[in-house]
Parts: sequence; structure tokens; C-alpha cells
Amino acid sequence: MSSVTDPRQPRPALRISEGTSALATKPVSPKIKMATRQLYKSYQKGSFGIPVLQGIDLEIYEGEFLAIVGSSGCGKSTLLHLLGTLDRPDAGEVHFDGYRIDNLPSASRDLLRNKHFGMIFQFYHLLPELTAMENVLAPALIAESTLSYWLRRGEHHRRAVELMELVGISHRVKHKPRELSGGEMQRAAIARALLNKPRVLLADEPTGNLDRSTGKQIMKILGELNQREKLTIVMVTHDPWIAEQADRTVRLVEGRIQGV
Amino acid sequence: MYKLLLCWRYLRTRYIALVCIVSVMLGVATMIVVNSVMAGFTHEMQARINGMLGDLIFESRSMDGVLDADAHMKKIKAIAGDAIVGMSPTVHVPGLMYIDVNDQLLTRQITLVGIDETTYSSVSAFGDYLQHPANREQLSFSLRNGGYDIYDHQVPDQSTQKPRTQMEQAGWWYRKQKAMLKKQRQMVADSASPDTSQRNPFATPEGEEAQGRDFDMATEQHVGIVLGIGVCGYRSADGSDHFVALPGDDVRVSFPKASLPPEAINEFYTITDIYESKMSEYDASFVFVPLRELQKSRGMIDPETGKGKFSSIQIKLAPGAKAEEVRDALQDAFPVQFYVVSTWRDKQGPLLAAVNMETAVLNVLLFMIIAVAGFGIFAIFLMIVVEKTRDIGILKSLGASGSGVMGIFLGYGLSLGIVGSGVGAVLGLMFVANINEIADILGRITGQPVFDPSVYYFYKIPTIVAPFTVTWICLGAILIAVLASVFPALRAANLHPVRALRYE
Ligand SMILES: Nc1ncnc2c1ncn2[C@@H]1O[C@H](COP(=O)(O)OP(=O)(O)OP(=O)(O)O)[C@@H](O)[C@H]1O
Ligand SMILES: [Mg+2]
Repeated sequence: MSSVTDPRQPRPALRISEGTSALATKPVSPKIKMATRQLYKSYQKGSFGIPVLQGIDLEIYEGEFLAIVGSSGCGKSTLLHLLGTLDRPDAGEVHFDGYRIDNLPSASRDLLRNKHFGMIFQFYHLLPELTAMENVLAPALIAESTLSYWLRRGEHHRRAVELMELVGISHRVKHKPRELSGGEMQRAAIARALLNKPRVLLADEPTGNLDRSTGKQIMKILGELNQREKLTIVMVTHDPWIAEQADRTVRLVEGRIQGV
Repeated sequence: MYKLLLCWRYLRTRYIALVCIVSVMLGVATMIVVNSVMAGFTHEMQARINGMLGDLIFESRSMDGVLDADAHMKKIKAIAGDAIVGMSPTVHVPGLMYIDVNDQLLTRQITLVGIDETTYSSVSAFGDYLQHPANREQLSFSLRNGGYDIYDHQVPDQSTQKPRTQMEQAGWWYRKQKAMLKKQRQMVADSASPDTSQRNPFATPEGEEAQGRDFDMATEQHVGIVLGIGVCGYRSADGSDHFVALPGDDVRVSFPKASLPPEAINEFYTITDIYESKMSEYDASFVFVPLRELQKSRGMIDPETGKGKFSSIQIKLAPGAKAEEVRDALQDAFPVQFYVVSTWRDKQGPLLAAVNMETAVLNVLLFMIIAVAGFGIFAIFLMIVVEKTRDIGILKSLGASGSGVMGIFLGYGLSLGIVGSGVGAVLGLMFVANINEIADILGRITGQPVFDPSVYYFYKIPTIVAPFTVTWICLGAILIAVLASVFPALRAANLHPVRALRYE
């Protein structure tokens, strides 16, 4: 694998603090919300590496609903994890609001995930020990110290109830995840992803484990969020029908983006 | 915030955590019980040692003693007068005691202690251990008419004791009965054969002849002697006491004269009281006689001045006085080749040191138990971390930091430690509070008394709960629980979020 360098001028490192307003300078290209430059990632299997991503160049525009499709095992989840700073690429860069984020220290990346990205997964990934409400509140619980959470608990509570109404599970507040249906769990996961008012929603096959009609409902919620809140959504799927709901679809083939 | 919440939820939903709590709890409870009992025993023992000895003991190295206690006491007073509240000279000499029990001769090895009855109770608690209430007020070496204690006055609760019924008779009435019986048997023996009487030394008391006149046992007594309860009695396994000699009986004691060449002398004494210090070592060997009489018998009185020799001076210190400092000051003032000054702790140094070491070793062993509990926590936590791998991934995807995730498990270990040691402390303290009842029940179940009063010479298991020790034990247990959770917590903190999310 050849090493890839970014020919463009180096961008200032992102300084993470409360809210986007604290960003140091104005982004260079405001229309592009996120971008990847020549992204490479391979998994080490024994002595040789399995290349998964081989130079991904992708631009995600502010307020768009982007679907990434591709066959199973082509690296869609891997790409999404790199976008969400859950993993580091072998080479290449990830940009958010014009700032490079893939090489940030882990504390900044934790904050980024907590405040600026919302993530939903195929298997919902709710915490089984917490109720639906507490799961929705989890990002706030993580963000704040015990005292400040306690002081602002009313505010958080209202926000959580509001979001649970929005996704239509306000009647399941006290239920544990195992007492919820798949659709309800995914709704709770969406509410959780939205709690800290992120600018980008990263969804990894959000309907993959649901029947078609439930999947439709979930897609409707995502579509409305994109329309009304101007939320940028990046969704991974291998279901062409689901991908049709998005504004734009890109295909991942053999580790590269193929066609728009 | 999520750390507290998750910690709490994990604690409530993981029953395996109960195992950790129980093991910490048992370790803490055992340590508290053992420490309390050991402290109780030590304290009880020290109180007894100190009760019989003065705080400081000023001794002559010669068993024959040195002259003039008053002059020595004056000098001691001049050196450390402020710290001293009482002094009493004594003479210690080893001897043999012969007790006549139904014509069987019991021989006991004893230490004969000559005490000054007016001052001795000011330096030791000896007076409190006597069995006649009047003697406890003021010690006297004359036989009382009767009224010796039937119940142990040192144990507040009479209902748990077995009465010492033999003591009902003790006193002059008993002595008169004995005298009558003896007279009758003498007459029978005289008429049968004049020789048989010689075999029993009690039949022809030499003291009688030495006094050069008829000794009427029914109305007269020899010099008084106070025996330890272990010298003239024994306690059977059921806790009742039996006596082979009572106040009113005569005993013969032989001991060396303070002269060269050494010469054994025999004296008759009349038991006037019995003491029970509950320190079996003392109770089984120390017997007390009037100082002046002992000095006379041993030839320790200077014929010219009339002053007696003493072998040691018991010194009582003022409360708060530093025994070690006074000891050193005195030792400096008196030539070390002739005198030894020691504190009561020095006297029983090896015993006290042994008990301290026992406590220390036990503590180490018991702490190992808690350490084992720590390994249990370690293993169980590793399991929980593996089980919670996906949740850890979720938390990290939501922006939880590695140290935050670590905090969950450290907090988990901390709460296990706190709950375990808290419950353990309560359990241990409850056990200590009811230890005698528990010992009784255990004894009834196993058919063997757990706590044998004939061995220990007290009726109850003594306990002392030291708050410092309890705190220390609890903190130690909590620390171990936290330490045991450090590695699993680090593992959780270092889990790669993607690998954790993909984990099934
Ligand atoms: N930890 C790993 N070690 C080795 N190979 C891995 C690892 N994780 C993923 N892979 C491989 O990387 C490739 C891409 O995985 P990824 O999960 O991104 O695929 P995907 O496109 O999301 O598939 P699907 O549609 O089934 O979810 C797969 O072939 C997978 O086997
Ligand atoms: Mg996938």
C-alpha cells in the first residue's frame, strides 16, 4: 500500500470546546460538512493485512441525506467508524467543518462524538441496564459531571421527553431495552443520538434488523429530521429501496467510492 | 454522572457481585472478631499481671535480700517522688507447700511472698481479689469467723456461676470441727499403735513443739497465709470450683533460710483467705504471708537494729507517670549489680511479646483472606468487563472517555469494598457483642465447650472493640477491593471502541 499525502494546504487543527461557536476560525468550505481525503484502512490478519478501504475521497454537504451502499463486507461500517472518529485510518484525513479530526487527541475525539456526531447502529446498541429514558439521556450523563447534571436535570429531562415524543416512544419511558420491540429500540437509539443536538447523524444500517414497514417508519423519522432540522445524515445500507429515500447515494466497491 | 448510575445498576443487577461482597464481608468480620477477642484477652491479662505486681518493681539481686526497706524507700522517694503514690516492701522466696487432704499429702511448688499488710494494697489490686469481704476492706492475717464469698464477687452476674458451696463452712467453725476430728483420731491412733502417727507429719505438728507449749487448734491459729485459688483448688470442666483446703485449714511450708549454708525450714501456717487474681500463673503459685513473720522465720532481721531485710519494693505510680522513665531514673541511681528495676511489662515481657506476635501473625493471615477475596473480585471483574465489552463500546461511541469507563469499574470495586466491609463490620461487631452466647450455642451443638473456663479462669470471653482497628480493617479491605479492580478497569478503559462494538 502506498502512502498518500494530501496535496492541499494544511488546515488548522480543530479546537474542541462547548458548542460549535468556539471554533477558532471560519471554515474554508462552508458547504462541505465532512470530507475524507485518500482514506486507507486495512485490518491486520496474522502477518498480512486485508485492505478494506483503499483511498476514499468523499464529500458530505451540509444538510444532505447521503446513503452509502455496497455489498456486505466491503467496508461500509469501517468507513462510518472512521467518519465518527471511533477508529483511526492508516493513511488519509477526515475533515469536519473544514478541520482535520482524524489525528486529534482522544479527549477531543470523545468530545466530538459526544457533541457533534450522533450515531445509530443496526443492532440499536442500547445499554441493557438502563431504561429507555436513561438510554436517551446517556450522552448528557456522559457529558456532564454529577453536580452539573443534577443542576440541569430538568432541562435534560424535558429534552429527552421531547425527543421521545418526536420518535414516538413517549409511552415506553420506564421500559428496559429487553422490554422493547426492535423498532422501539431503534427509535430510542435515534432519540439518544439527537440528545446533544449534533450536526451530523451517522447511521449504520438503521433498518437492517427491522421488517419493511418498521424500517419505513424509521426512514420517515430520519427524512423528517433531515428536512426540518437540516440535519446532515450519513446512512450506510445495502438495501436499494432504503437508499432511494436519501438525497444522494454513493457506492463503495473494492475500497473505493464508485459513482454518484 | 453515568459512572455513578452504571455502577449502581451493575451492582444491583449482577448477583455475582454479591459473592465479592460476601467474601470481603467475611474477611472483615473475622478480622474484627479475632482482633477484639485478642485485645480483650491481652487487656484482661495485663490487668491481672499489673493487679498482682506493682507498676514498678525494685528488686535486690540477692534472694536473701538487703537490709532496711525504709532507707531505700526514702531514697527512691527522693529520686522520683512526684511519680510515686505508694510503696511496699516484699520478700519473695520459693518454697514447697504440703496440704493434708484426708491423710493424703499434696505437695505444691509455690512462691512465698511476705507482704506488709498495711501498705501492700496501696501498690497492687491484690486486696480486691480476696474472698472475704472484710479482708477486701483491710487485709488481716487472722482467721475470720466465716462469711467467705460463695459467689465470685468479680463477676457481676451471679446467675451464670456455680456456687462454691465449700466456702460456706470456711472459718473458725470449720477449724473447730477439724480440731475435734483430729483429737478423736489421735485418741484412736494412740490406743491402736503409737507408731502409726509418726507417718503423718500433721499428726504431731512440729510447730507445736517449737512453740514449747500446747497448741490448741480449736482456739488458736498459726501465722496466717493467703493462698492462690489455683494452689488449693481446681475448676472442673462444668465451671464449678472445688477446694482441697479452706480458710481454717493448716498447711506446712518449707523454704530456705536466708543464711549460709542454706538450710530448709518448716513452718505451719493457717489459711486465712484465698485470692483469685484470675491470672492462673499467679493463682497457682503465689501465696502471701505477713512480711515480718517471714523475715523472722528466714532470719532476715538484724539482731542489733531490729530492721528486716527485703527482697523487693513494689512501687505504685501516679496515673499518667511514665513507667519507663521512672525505671531508668531509679536504675541510674542504684548500682546495677545489686538492684534491678523493672516495670510490670518488663516482668511479663516474653508473655506480652508472645501475645503481641500472635496478634500480628493472625492479622497477617486474616488479611490474606481478604487478599483472597481481592483475587475473587479481580476474576469476577474481568468476567464482567468481558461481558460488558459491547456496552463499553457503546459508551465510547457516545463520547465516554477511557478514564470515565475506568471510573465505572473502580467505583464498582470501591462500592463492593464499602458495602462488603460495612456489612462485615456490622456483622463482626454483632458477633463480638454476643460472643459468649454464640460460644454457648456452639458448645451445645458440638458437645464440647468452645471456651473452657477451667483453662482460662474467667467465665466470659473478654472482648475489646478498638474503633481504630475496625477503621483500619475496613479501609484495608476497601483498598484491596479497589486495587483488585484496577486491572480489569484498565482493560475496560483500553478497549478499542470499534472492536468493542463489533463484539458479540
Ligand atoms: N477486526 C477485524 N479484523 C480483521 N478483519 C476485519 C475486522 N473488522 C472488519 N474486518 C473485515 O473488514 C471488512 C469490512 O468490514 P465492515 O464491517 O466494514 O463491512 P460492512 O461493509 O459494514 O459489511 P456489512 O454490510 O456486512 O455490515 C470485512 O471483510 C471484515 O471481514
Ligand atoms: Mg456493517
